[in-house]
Amino acid sequence: MSEVAVQHGMADVYEPSLFGTYSKKIGMWLFLLSDTLTFGALLFAYSYGRISNPDWPTPFGKESITNATIMTGCLLSSSLTMVLAVLAARRGDRNWTRNWILFTMLFGIAFIVLHGMEWTHLIDEGMTPFKNPWSANVPQFGGTFFTLTGMHMLHVTIGVIYLGVVSLRKTFLPILLAIWAVAWWLIPSSNVFHYGVDALLAGFVVAAVILILKPKDYDAHDVEIAGLYWHFVDLVWMFIFPLVYLMSTRVT
Amino acid sequence: MHTAAATHDEGKGQYFWVWGVLLLLTAVEVVLAYRQVFQPLRMLEALMILSIIKSALIIGYFMHLKYEIAAMKWVLMTAVVACLCLMCIFFPDAFRIVHLGVR
Repeated sequence: MSEVAVQHGMADVYEPSLFGTYSKKIGMWLFLLSDTLTFGALLFAYSYGRISNPDWPTPFGKESITNATIMTGCLLSSSLTMVLAVLAARRGDRNWTRNWILFTMLFGIAFIVLHGMEWTHLIDEGMTPFKNPWSANVPQFGGTFFTLTGMHMLHVTIGVIYLGVVSLRKTFLPILLAIWAVAWWLIPSSNVFHYGVDALLAGFVVAAVILILKPKDYDAHDVEIAGLYWHFVDLVWMFIFPLVYLMSTRVT
Repeated sequence: MHTAAATHDEGKGQYFWVWGVLLLLTAVEVVLAYRQVFQPLRMLEALMILSIIKSALIIGYFMHLKYEIAAMKWVLMTAVVACLCLMCIFFPDAFRIVHLGVR
């Protein structure tokens, strides 16, 4: 918009932003505000049940807590690599911008795989959204757990695709398609993620439409905005980890 | 294109420090929970205080809100404060149910 205004000699018509920054960044912050309330509602639904019910299951033993702690380490490390990518983009260092974003994506993928293994373990023990094997009096445990952590896992998946688009642009499309095909082929059909990986196919379609309809060279501002989204995903996990896992620890 | 965040000191060192502190706080959380140092109410309070410190570090440094202008900070913190206020309503009510039952 500002470029058009300058071309027509109308730059003075537009007042500077009230928030001292560019509109895309304000837009992302506003989206994150709304997402804060979405995750807030899901966290409260889980935590209210956890606190008010003495029979709430505590299925997370040493193995689960170790797994969740490594997942937390992956997300925290991915935030560090993301902020290094933003710094590299501001310096105009395109190679290291791409490299740091790829490291961020790897940490994100590690998080998703570990989380998928955790879900599979719980499902194998008999947990569904409607019942759990540990406490028949608390049927809402599975529903609130899967909704909250599933919503977060979806956000991480979208974040990985978003970073792939920003760093690799159209090169990312065949890579994403290959990841989907390999995941679909490797995961047995009895596993819920055999169908869950179709989220990658949906992401491929959306990314392809965006990259074909509006091809562009993503600049430092785009990297910074993608970083805001990624750090938010990390931020939400900082509340899910203690409220869901650490408050339901089974000490053996 | 003016950006308030683009003008601050961009040393990498501070981000490694923040990352280290975040990992340390996570380790403290795990030890507190696994050793069950506190009763559930105290545990919830301790974990929430640590989580709020961690989120403040992420928002302030990694998301660069520390370097934005005051108007941006005030507007963006509204939702966070609203969530924290809701927490102060929901969690005490959940404890009330434990002691009094559903009425």
